Amino acid sequence: MALTRHLVTAALMTAVTTVFLGLVYPVVITGLAQVLFPDQANGQLISRDGVLVGSRIIGQPFTSAGYFYSRPSAAGAGYDAGASSGSNLGPTNRKLIDRVAGDVARLQAETPGPAVPIDLVTTSASGLDPHLSPAAALYQVARVARQRKLPPDDVRQLVEAHIEPRQFGVLGEPVVNVLLLNLALDARAPMPR
Amino acid sequence: MTLNGWIQILLFLGAVALVTVPFGRFMARVFARERTWLDPVLRPLERLIYRVTRVDESHEMRWTEYGVSMLAFSLVSMLVLYALQRLQGVLPLNPQGLPGVAPDQAFNAAASFTTNTNWQSYSGETTMSYLTQMAGLAYQNFVSAAVGIALAIAFIRGVAARERDTLGNFWVDMTRATLWVLLPVCVAGSLVLVSQGVVQNFKPYDRVQLVDPQTTVTTATSGQTSTTTIREQVIAQGPVASQEIIKQFGTNGGGFFNANSSHPFENPTPLSNFIAMFAIFVISAGLTATLGQMTKSPRHGWAVWGAMAFLFLAGVTTAYWAESAGNPLLAGTDQQVGAMCPGGNMEGKEARFGIANSVLFATITTDASCGAVNSMHDSYTPIGGLVPLVNMMLGEVIFGGVGAGMYGILIFVVLAVFIAGLMVGRTPEYLGKKIEAFDVQMAMLAVLVFPLVILVFTGISVVSPAFGTSSIWNPGPHGLSEILYAYTSGTANNGSAFAGLSANTPWYNVTLATAMLIGRFLIIVPMLALAGNLARKNQVPPSLGTFPVTTPLFATLLVGVIVIVGVLTFFPVLSLGPIVEHFLMRAGTTF
Repeated sequence: MALTRHLVTAALMTAVTTVFLGLVYPVVITGLAQVLFPDQANGQLISRDGVLVGSRIIGQPFTSAGYFYSRPSAAGAGYDAGASSGSNLGPTNRKLIDRVAGDVARLQAETPGPAVPIDLVTTSASGLDPHLSPAAALYQVARVARQRKLPPDDVRQLVEAHIEPRQFGVLGEPVVNVLLLNLALDARAPMPR
Repeated sequence: MTLNGWIQILLFLGAVALVTVPFGRFMARVFARERTWLDPVLRPLERLIYRVTRVDESHEMRWTEYGVSMLAFSLVSMLVLYALQRLQGVLPLNPQGLPGVAPDQAFNAAASFTTNTNWQSYSGETTMSYLTQMAGLAYQNFVSAAVGIALAIAFIRGVAARERDTLGNFWVDMTRATLWVLLPVCVAGSLVLVSQGVVQNFKPYDRVQLVDPQTTVTTATSGQTSTTTIREQVIAQGPVASQEIIKQFGTNGGGFFNANSSHPFENPTPLSNFIAMFAIFVISAGLTATLGQMTKSPRHGWAVWGAMAFLFLAGVTTAYWAESAGNPLLAGTDQQVGAMCPGGNMEGKEARFGIANSVLFATITTDASCGAVNSMHDSYTPIGGLVPLVNMMLGEVIFGGVGAGMYGILIFVVLAVFIAGLMVGRTPEYLGKKIEAFDVQMAMLAVLVFPLVILVFTGISVVSPAFGTSSIWNPGPHGLSEILYAYTSGTANNGSAFAGLSANTPWYNVTLATAMLIGRFLIIVPMLALAGNLARKNQVPPSLGTFPVTTPLFATLLVGVIVIVGVLTFFPVLSLGPIVEHFLMRAGTTF
């Protein structure tokens, strides 16, 4: 009998707290968020010429030589923001080593010389990393300038203007937002067709 | 390793140290039902809940009734979560029209969230409707954490009490944990997270036009080539922030999205990352001060805190070193750490977090049975991946899951004073309570559950090609690590993964769910019996032969017991997995 009583209490407790924590709480937070931070709460979407072209904090694939490449991605077919994922390849897996070797060979054919910054040839955890390290962006300056027929110094300055320092000078790592950089590049000199 | 990296790590530990006492004392007041500044708002709500559920808040429970209430609540709420997943296709708040979840996967997720594990064999954005996420998964984030806190408080009461039969009232402790401890921080914290860019909406997924459309040419087996161009990106949305904060604060760890806390919509900035890591440790660190407060021995609380902090620093140092050293097999890459380049092993890590914040998060999330990840542990170097694995094997007591870490470490404390007693040949005492045969039996029962469940299920899986090894994603010793990690994570109620393992199969869904249920409840029941037995004892005054539990010597002994019990049991299997892989990687072997 005691067990039945406990089960009844458990059922009542589940019902009450589900309504409160599972429905009222998230709805109230959504209301407050939509009023206080409407841009952030809705994903910081950006549009160009009236067309939505992405979210400020979600990465996109860039593989044309005239753009700064983004990192390789394991999300769906690449930067699928409906199916976030890392590659989950282990450090001794030949698939990882071959993939990186292929990307390194391709990049070094376009930019002979320096070793490739590691983040440019490794997939991120989410597959949606919006950023590159400053080193990985600067590595691509010569190629992008050539493709866009711009002076390399102009492109370098554009990259440097897009370097975001550590938050409060301490937290995280310095980064460059690839989508914002490429949109600025398009505004500076359109992609040659 | 960089100076800035160490500054961030020490900044984090310093922040945790600062909040330990104020938050611990606050919790002690809440569970002693003393007045707090939140009472004018929360007390009427609390009374309303008791009225509707017909709970008598003055009723005191023996350990058996406390345990039965907890089990009844866990069972009922788990069944509701199962039903919600199965029926989501016909329920509202499902703008993507996602169908009901398959039975084995729904059972796995229900067990996972009820046991505060939050192992995910599903991918959030393609499996769970907004309603299931909010009213099912995020709901369990709250109550499974509240249950953990209630149990820890009951255990501390058992230690602090003198000749008492009762441990408190489960319903009252759970309700007060939810209303006073969890909810206020979640309301404020979720809004701070939104300000950083964590989304909070009920929109269907957005569609945007790619700036650089992607054309891929695929060659079919017949030799025909076909060209597909992707011009659109679909961006998953949802009520994320309200779930994100309790996911960390309740050490649950189940992500809204598949990529968990590496997804920019769950963890967009270094500040949101810091808040997440801080939230994971706050309650567990605070509970050491609650222990000190309730047993009137604050220095004992700090001794326990010190042992935990030492093990935390040992883990983060090892992982930081290994991941900074990088992967020697990746020729032609620049893995040097520089001011403009994170360096190290960046496979499976986000640029904004780099190496330092990735290994710090990985250590915290596995110390604390949270299981959220901001980097993919499967892609860590062998030694970098060994750290989260060992953290879990130690029993999730390095701060540990909310509540679970506290009662977990108290079991080790009982063993430590027992061993100290054996060494000097006196009846061991813990804070004036004689530790006798029954107490040690219950402690050992809880400790032995771990290796038993982990090693038996791992053993069966690695010799079963049909359903066990077929799910392996990375060949070689790494494959063993994947399976070992899965059962360790499940049994320890952590929930993080070497995510390459295809765990959404009937075998893994059912056995991992079983491991999670055993790892939660077969530790709780002996723990409650131990607490009930301790409560009944009288306190004996300390004598010359009493081993003090407030000294650095005690903290050292505690660390020793945890490491010996935890690591020695698993050393053979660890040698065959990450340790051998480390040497093979250095020798240039690939798989």
